[in-house]
Amino acid sequence: MPTIVYIEPDGQRKAIQVEAGANVMRTAVGNGVDGIVAECGGAAMCATCHVYVAEEGAELLPPVGEVENEMLESAAAERRDSSRLSCQLNVTSHIETLVVRIPDRQM
Amino acid sequence: MSQVDYEIGKARPDQLPPGVPVITFDPYSDEVMSNPYPYYQELREAGPIVWMQKYGTYAVGSYGSVIRVLTDHESFCSSAGVGLTNFHTETPWRKPSIILEVDPPEHSRTRKVFSRILSPRSLNKLRERFEQEAHAMVSRLVSREVCDGVRDLAEAYPLKVFADAVGLPPDGREHLLPYGDMVFNAFGPQNDRFRECLARLGPSIAWITEVCQRENLSKGSFGAELYAAADAGEITHEEAGMLVRTMLSAGLDTTIFTLGNALVCFARHPHQWAIVRDNPAIARQAIEEVLRYDSTFHSYYRTATRPVTLDGVQLDKNQKILVLIASANRDSSHWSSADTFDVRRKPAANLAFGTGIHGCAGQMIARLEAEIVLKALASQVERLEALGEPELHFNNTVRGYSSLPLRLVAKDRKGK
Repeated sequence: MPTIVYIEPDGQRKAIQVEAGANVMRTAVGNGVDGIVAECGGAAMCATCHVYVAEEGAELLPPVGEVENEMLESAAAERRDSSRLSCQLNVTSHIETLVVRIPDRQM
Repeated sequence: MSQVDYEIGKARPDQLPPGVPVITFDPYSDEVMSNPYPYYQELREAGPIVWMQKYGTYAVGSYGSVIRVLTDHESFCSSAGVGLTNFHTETPWRKPSIILEVDPPEHSRTRKVFSRILSPRSLNKLRERFEQEAHAMVSRLVSREVCDGVRDLAEAYPLKVFADAVGLPPDGREHLLPYGDMVFNAFGPQNDRFRECLARLGPSIAWITEVCQRENLSKGSFGAELYAAADAGEITHEEAGMLVRTMLSAGLDTTIFTLGNALVCFARHPHQWAIVRDNPAIARQAIEEVLRYDSTFHSYYRTATRPVTLDGVQLDKNQKILVLIASANRDSSHWSSADTFDVRRKPAANLAFGTGIHGCAGQMIARLEAEIVLKALASQVERLEALGEPELHFNNTVRGYSSLPLRLVAKDRKGK
């Protein structure tokens, strides 16, 4: 089973084992991970589930989509090359561990 | 009989798929719409996927099943229409929407333009103007003491600020409401409600077609931005006009009903109002709870693109599935005390605006309008007293009120 490691804004790490196909935003909301607001609930409309993806595993994710790219411009924290909307990320069976760092603000 | 003979919803209504619970109530009847929640509970308890006998479609009403359908747009598409009418086999009442009723990659092209124009960053510019308007409107209503909460606030506010933001001229905006009513009726069956609404449309379509033209839209508006996107080659100029129409049909009735539902919720639950009044910072979360508890949008359809298994049931290609988002928002297997209105809860990832690639593109401006109105009320209103029962408006898809006689009791400012 893949593992998603969330690094919360205060530096705390939360590792959660998931089924293949699990969504990074939904897993966070369902497990009380701090710092993911996800106001729009997965429609790529609010940019409040912004994360920075660590290099390891990132190459196995699909590229930033057109809509996601527009919405990342609305992210409250700085946009970087590693920025993604976690609602757009599903952890496939090819990914062993995905590490995402959560910025200190989403709104 | 071969499968190609099936029309409405694809399968014949009298043909019962084996092993699937059958639901006999009509979700579009006045009786169910008056209070749909016990019916939704019956549907969820019957199973994660059920058969709607009257219409010959499947339906999903539990949180998990609804998410499974809405997040798998490759199996459950929108291009066959998001209503009961199957565009692949029947004629739609209007030309299909180029954002709502299309699939990727066509969808991404229009959606990304909408996403940019309606993104939180773009909307920040509107906040101050929206706040001033809400404050002034609520002040007037408080000084009048007695008002119709729906007409004088829930309708008046979006008709002013949203229509301004889209770029419409001030006169003739009353045409917008029958048009929106029609669009949402058309997501359901072509029943008496649909036919009567179509007959009432009158000059609305002509007026809307006219105001969607570039020369009639104000500078710096959403409408002007859509035409600018056409100038930049992202969409065509004809598509820009169609997307202005989409904004108008999707963005008014829905927000109006949401505001009206909020007023009804708070008039019925004074203790909940006291929480918001004493802590207006909670307003945005409180609106989210209104949307969960008394969802504006109740249902729409997806269509299977291929033979697909959903919650253990094999669906044929072209099969329509009714997606009951308002039911998912009351699913007690997902929400604790699902039938309790509680503004202190955080209803994260509720499904009032849908989810997935077709999740409501206007949801952030809807939240902005509702949050601002609620805060304006919280700053000036001690209590909302209903002076009679609210009048329910019947529409096949969206649920809200057409009238709410209301007294807004001013906060006592003496000594403060």
